[in-house]
Amino acid sequence: MPRYIGKEMSRVDGVAKVTGRAKYAAEFRAPNLAYGFIVLGSVAKGTIKSIDTSEAERAPGVVRVFTHLNTPKLGPKANTEYAPPRNAREQDKSFRALQSDRIYFNAQPVALVVAESYEQARYAARLVKATYDAEKHTTDTEAVRESARSPSQGPPPKPRGNPEEALKTAAVKVEAEYRIAMEHHNPMEPHAAVAAWDGDRLTIFDKSQEVYSVRRHLATTFGVPEANVTVVSPYVGGAFGSSLRPNYYPALTAMAARELKRPVKVVYTRTQMFTGHGHRPYTIQKIALGAERSGKLTSMIHTAVHNTSTFEEFSDNTTGFTRQVYACPNLFAPTLIAPVDLPTPTWMRAPGAVSGMFALECAMDELAYKLNIDPLELRLINYAERDPESGRPFSSKALRECYRLGAEKFGWKERRMEPRSMRDGRLLVGWGTATGVWGAFQSPASAKITYRADGTAHVTSATSDIGPGTYTVMTMIAAEYLGNRPEQVKFELGDTNFPRAPAQGGSQTTSSVGSAVHGAALAVAARLLALANQDESSPLKGAAPADVEMLDGRLRLKRDPSKSVQIPEVMRRNNLAEVTETFESRPSEERRKYATMAHGAQFVEVKVDPDLGRVRVTRAIEVTACGKIINPKASHSQEIGGVVWGIGMALTEATEIDHRFGRIMNPNLQHYHVPVNADVHEIETIFVEEDDTVVNPLGVKGMGELGMVGIPAAIANAVFHATGRRVRELPITPDKLL
Amino acid sequence: MRPFKYTRASDAAVAAGAVAANPNAKFLAGGTNILDLMKEDVERPNELVDVNRLKLSEIKEARGGVSIGALAKNSDTANHPLIRRNYPLLTQAIVAGASGQLRNMATNGGNLMQRTRCQYFYDTAMPCNKREPGTGCGALEGLNRIHAIFGWSDKCVATYPGDMANALYALDAVVRVRGSNGKERTIPVNDFHRLPGDTPEKDNNLAHGELITAIELPKSNFAKNSYYLKVRDRASYAFALVAVAAALELDGGNVRQARVVLGGVAHKPWRSAEAEAALAGRPASEESFRRAAEAALAGAKPLAHNAYKVELGKRAVVRALMRAARLV
Ligand SMILES: Cc1cc2nc3c(=O)[nH]c(=O)nc-3n(C[C@H](O)[C@H](O)[C@H](O)COP(=O)(O)OP(=O)(O)OC[C@H]3O[C@@H](n4cnc5c(N)ncnc54)[C@H](O)[C@@H]3O)c2cc1C
Ligand code: SF4
Repeated sequence: MPRYIGKEMSRVDGVAKVTGRAKYAAEFRAPNLAYGFIVLGSVAKGTIKSIDTSEAERAPGVVRVFTHLNTPKLGPKANTEYAPPRNAREQDKSFRALQSDRIYFNAQPVALVVAESYEQARYAARLVKATYDAEKHTTDTEAVRESARSPSQGPPPKPRGNPEEALKTAAVKVEAEYRIAMEHHNPMEPHAAVAAWDGDRLTIFDKSQEVYSVRRHLATTFGVPEANVTVVSPYVGGAFGSSLRPNYYPALTAMAARELKRPVKVVYTRTQMFTGHGHRPYTIQKIALGAERSGKLTSMIHTAVHNTSTFEEFSDNTTGFTRQVYACPNLFAPTLIAPVDLPTPTWMRAPGAVSGMFALECAMDELAYKLNIDPLELRLINYAERDPESGRPFSSKALRECYRLGAEKFGWKERRMEPRSMRDGRLLVGWGTATGVWGAFQSPASAKITYRADGTAHVTSATSDIGPGTYTVMTMIAAEYLGNRPEQVKFELGDTNFPRAPAQGGSQTTSSVGSAVHGAALAVAARLLALANQDESSPLKGAAPADVEMLDGRLRLKRDPSKSVQIPEVMRRNNLAEVTETFESRPSEERRKYATMAHGAQFVEVKVDPDLGRVRVTRAIEVTACGKIINPKASHSQEIGGVVWGIGMALTEATEIDHRFGRIMNPNLQHYHVPVNADVHEIETIFVEEDDTVVNPLGVKGMGELGMVGIPAAIANAVFHATGRRVRELPITPDKLL
Repeated sequence: MRPFKYTRASDAAVAAGAVAANPNAKFLAGGTNILDLMKEDVERPNELVDVNRLKLSEIKEARGGVSIGALAKNSDTANHPLIRRNYPLLTQAIVAGASGQLRNMATNGGNLMQRTRCQYFYDTAMPCNKREPGTGCGALEGLNRIHAIFGWSDKCVATYPGDMANALYALDAVVRVRGSNGKERTIPVNDFHRLPGDTPEKDNNLAHGELITAIELPKSNFAKNSYYLKVRDRASYAFALVAVAAALELDGGNVRQARVVLGGVAHKPWRSAEAEAALAGRPASEESFRRAAEAALAGAKPLAHNAYKVELGKRAVVRALMRAARLV
């Protein structure tokens, strides 16, 4: 019986966070710290004609104004001694600031003012005057849609079967086009870095989802060995993908610190965040579904086009999961990208999946109406028993149970099929459903455990905790397998001095890092067993590591707990105050025989004011099957957050660009609307646990992204059910429903 | 922000005198608008005269109506028993705006003076005649989904964003101001804000250095039948796409007199004389309200992205009147 795994636990970092003891990147201090403020440009494409910094330089407190004219060249090209990347994937083409007079996007950094105080820097930043030779720009993905191409990375998408032919002969067809607005992550914490050099060694406090990738990026940027760079990021106030790639500010901050030979801090303003870390791309999707009268899908053609930048390729693989959701013999699902004069997009919570599933799951709803088959029933008719893409079995897939349980809890069978048939007084009531899907990913990860004779343990791994509760879950896993109590475990993360861990992205942290912590704990036990068995009279003689477990300071035989040794005694005998083990976990070979995915079913009720176009998501039930749940408390919180994100994407969030200027016009929280408390009503999240022995030793899958995947589609479908209006363009603001 | 001089005024004369003496000086009340705009470099005063110490926050009965101090906080105003009882429309309008925290800081005078939320106004890299006369209007042919459908000019299509003022227009409020010369004058609220015309940089008719001291509400017969409706992009904490302050004085089933003020549609709260005329003497019914709504929106001139406001405006007028008449 597990003692901690599967039981609710409050966040171990909760008190530190609410009392302000948890330090975020911008809160680190260094002696003689200088403050940088970024100056943004005002054209979308062209070159900087002139930049006048004289007035800024004369302003009180200003230490230096960096522009492309006095900033050293950075990056792989500038550093000949740095080994060039071995392959294109490793090539770090990410945007680095102030490297030339070239303007790639509007609100691009054109100067960095460094001063003795933040206020002085910000004030002087206003005095920098730049002029530009503007060139004709394009920021509208619609305008370049026809020239969209496959990303050069990865194999070109191959059709399955003969989708065109199957569509032609299909008894029933749905063809429609869907759009989602560009979106920004808008985590609460602004991105920030504090950089300090000691000779050619750099320490940087950063907001990051992957300290090792920031380290690689900075080492490449400055031409120093990776070992010389220390990246520290203990707390992250939300990131949602915005700190997955190295953004431009850490290199900029470190550059200034190196040039000035003193520590420098740079913090983005909210507005700077909008061109400082990427965005969810604007996505146009065309879907054609063909089906038999029975509802069986015979053809799926799903093409997505989204923007990338002119200097980098990015694809969120919008249509990726379309290949794996429903059993359908004929399919083509390419994602194409079109370069525009905007910053490179990036991953944003449930990247690709939530966009692609919005289109697909709305199209499925449209098909259900064409066929007059209940939308849930249609999904069951096309249920994929095996992965339709690879033909492999799923390592586990409790989606059917999710549908069943969700429908029952929601009362789905009371639903009347016809749109506008359900009311609450003057309000139109709509019920919608959709499927959620995400991969059960795992990457190599390492963790180190130092277990001490007094039963306490220090556990480290260079992972991140952007909010899902990684500190807590790793503490629980360590305590579970070290047999001590969570209070005796100190888990630390976010530091390149700790063993390597993958990015906290793709919902793979518990599976990857959790497996490493688990493995390291078992390694500690194995080591203790070996030590114990150096004693001739050990009661554990002959036992293999798999036969023993640690519990309350004892190492004991699992099948006969009466056979045990006192760990402190074993350690004392061996003159050891502590034992340390580092373990690297890797995805198993076994996994390759299976498709490993997580699933969910979402049921949503909306109430629409037919006169005013107001939509309220009054009820959402989300049932997810994502393996084992380690900490139900944090897990529910993840899924509730996912639903809220889905509400935002469906109803309120859109980054607006004035294409005449190629400029984002709502880069702030007054004009960019994230949902507020009043937009969020009843949300119930339920887990159907899967006993999956394939995915990883802990049996966990990802959930952080999954929680939002089906929500926008479910809401749009519910809006259709309520109003009879099929809104195929997110967000569904009141004007679209009049 | 840019450096500025800060002084704290101890009485109204000093305050008004200090601002009058410096064309780049401004009053500082709750600071919830002016400070944001200074951080964005939109407003660039070189002197702020803090008026928070002035004894101008009283809310009291006066001349049969009520006088509300210019420095009374929005929350205190909305929650005052006199206001709740006699002017519930004002309470509703105030609490429809901003958030609890902001309303605790925001003053009534500052609220009247709040500036537009036009995106171009906020972005100093963009053309905006209101911020920088002569640079052009970014919104006229740009993103103008949230902009005006009434009373705009080629120079500016911004809306006045506030909620409280919409109710004040419906309630025939009078703004009491004090000039730097010590003279007081009153401005009917309807004449307080301006249409943009050729001078969009001027939001209202307050002269530089004039200090709002109070807002006076005459006795009102609308307390029983009024309603403030706000339609926005999310459920709370957003500015109105369209708002309606509706007030009815009923005589049996008939409307004796009505007030219909639309917010979010013009450079000032848009009081619709047409709708009010269409209602006077008519039965309080959905049909009359529809006619009034048609009359209210008849003169609308939508821009490229805000045609929806015309239809939304009509429906909002009907709904607000129905609520005011307690028919829904
Ligand atoms: C996030 C946010 C959301 C908001 N949402 C809404 C909303 O939904 N609806 C709404 O109506 N409002 C909203 N507001 C605006 C808010 O109501 C105003 O900011 C507030 O009322 C301004 O009052 P203040 O006392 O803070 O004014 P200040 O910021 O101190 O001053 C504003 C202006 O008024 C001048 N001024 C102040 N007092 C006087 C006086 N007595 N005489 C002459 N001039 C004076 C100042 O010089 C300045 O120019 C929002 C504000 C924010 C920040
Ligand atoms: S509408 Fe008015 S405030 Fe907006 S850009 Fe035009 S002039 Fe400026």
